[in-house]
Amino acid sequence: MAEVDIKNYCLNFGPQHPAAHGVLRMVMELDGEVIERVDPHIGLLHRGTEKLIEQKQYLQALPYFDRLDYVAPMNQEHAFVMAIEKLLDAEVPERAQYIRVLFSEIGRILNHLLNLTTHAMDVGAMTPICWMFEEREKLMGFYERVSGARFHAAYFRPGGVHQDLPAGLLEDIMAWTETFPKVQEDMETLLIDNRIFKQRNVDIGVATAEEALAWGWTGPMLRSTGFAWDLRRSQPYEVYNKLDFNVVVGNAGDCYDRFMMRLAEMRESVKLMRQCVEQMKAGPVTSLDNKLSPPKRAAMKTSMEALINHFKYYTEGFKVPEGEVYAAIEAPKGEFGVYLVSDGSNRPYRCKIRAPGFAHMQSMDLLCRGHMLADAPAVLGAMDIVFGEVDR
Amino acid sequence: MTDKALIELGDAIAASLENELISSSVSFGELTVLVRAEHIQKVLTFLRDDKECCFKQLIDVCGADYPERNKRFEVVYHLLSYQLNQRIRVKVKTDEDTPVPSAVSVFPVANWYEREVWDMYGVFFADHPDLRRMLTDYGFQGHPLRKDFPVSGYVEVRYSEEQKRVIYEPVTLTQENRDFDFMSPWETAKYVLPGDEKAEAEGK
Repeated sequence: MAEVDIKNYCLNFGPQHPAAHGVLRMVMELDGEVIERVDPHIGLLHRGTEKLIEQKQYLQALPYFDRLDYVAPMNQEHAFVMAIEKLLDAEVPERAQYIRVLFSEIGRILNHLLNLTTHAMDVGAMTPICWMFEEREKLMGFYERVSGARFHAAYFRPGGVHQDLPAGLLEDIMAWTETFPKVQEDMETLLIDNRIFKQRNVDIGVATAEEALAWGWTGPMLRSTGFAWDLRRSQPYEVYNKLDFNVVVGNAGDCYDRFMMRLAEMRESVKLMRQCVEQMKAGPVTSLDNKLSPPKRAAMKTSMEALINHFKYYTEGFKVPEGEVYAAIEAPKGEFGVYLVSDGSNRPYRCKIRAPGFAHMQSMDLLCRGHMLADAPAVLGAMDIVFGEVDR
Repeated sequence: MTDKALIELGDAIAASLENELISSSVSFGELTVLVRAEHIQKVLTFLRDDKECCFKQLIDVCGADYPERNKRFEVVYHLLSYQLNQRIRVKVKTDEDTPVPSAVSVFPVANWYEREVWDMYGVFFADHPDLRRMLTDYGFQGHPLRKDFPVSGYVEVRYSEEQKRVIYEPVTLTQENRDFDFMSPWETAKYVLPGDEKAEAEGK
């Protein structure tokens, strides 16, 4: 029989695909079922956040950060308020720092719960997502109780947080940390030794530490290759240096490692949350600088100056000294950074958002080459991509 | 790291890169070096490979637009050294016509970041393997993060029932985009108040 030339097949993965975690179009070149080349087309969720931030005052720009990585909103706000505080040289009261850490860790668990379970669903396991969304709902309840919103909290403010915790919240968070590890364990037993889950993930999407550095990986992706680097430990911000936690490191650098690491990170986060609740003392939660925080309601009833201050704060905003800073936090997905340029006015001159997912997404080609088409969703799932932050 | 250590690091870099470096400064506890655009590849390679620096990771590349300047664009590189536990910011200046050498050969991650800068600012990167638009729509015109690009853009899209496809139309705003001026008249704003010109004429 004469040999037949088989042409490579070009496949469009997405933009509407349940395993694409949003709107991602990947143009794949396939040789049979083996991926030869992947060209991700991103930007389908581009909303021009950076341009919009340039038009808004600092306080008005804050809610845009909730809408970047919308599965862990407060972590994004954190980087932005830290950049502003760096420019202003503002001090954050200790209680506010603890609250920030507490809610950053809640954000980390929120993120990992979503990522782990959707990753499991991408490779065929339906149950974890049903079980874990119940836990997410409880955590979002905590978000709601402090800020009034389940997702778009706008709770972290320059110089502190918006308001103090409502009565009884800490007890409820403590009670949740007691019950959650058992729930997590139940979910783990469904997956970690599951033969199908292992077949789909072990040795899939392997990268070395050198590749990870060259391709700009941060966070769990970088640590899965055995490179121990966590901004909470190496460049501690807020009160992380007073807390006891382990940096979780992988060794194989494959999808299964990333999955297992995130499970372990959730346990560390629970530990951190408990420490925050235990160590937190009463005190102010907003900056003592009146330029940076609105006056108290009670003061506004009697004091004319407080009323003027309130009006000016919410209409004109506050001015930030000229200069440029880069502030980064360890977001659940990796290093989330904000490069903020101020021209001395009440609006940012330039605000570049460094999203970890953007760099990770770029290495899709590196990770998928030579794998089967069916491995692409597993790689993508373990990468932890949310298009809100990739496309901005 | 303290400011002193940063200044020392800046001086050490300046000593090794005499011809490439324009200035180095430390502010807000961060080290910024301004280098000549044509040497950016050499600077990044040095920062990556030098034993004293080891800035192994390119964290971010972004643009910034300063229309009043002669060379209106800045391309800003943020690097991170795991060895020093230190960050550095490298800046180059350029304009619409002068390309910046691409950093892709030094750090592969620069690929998408440079595409984004090209997309958003129209800064051209020489020898970039694949300089397509990154975030904007297929066939988009203009560079949206430039200061002279309107927030509303120029076109809007809708699905046309007659043509059975998505069509582009010039943008129409039912309400003018409001731009508030918060400058106090005592500070800087140069208002021409009606009647003021008489006072000036009398003063002469």
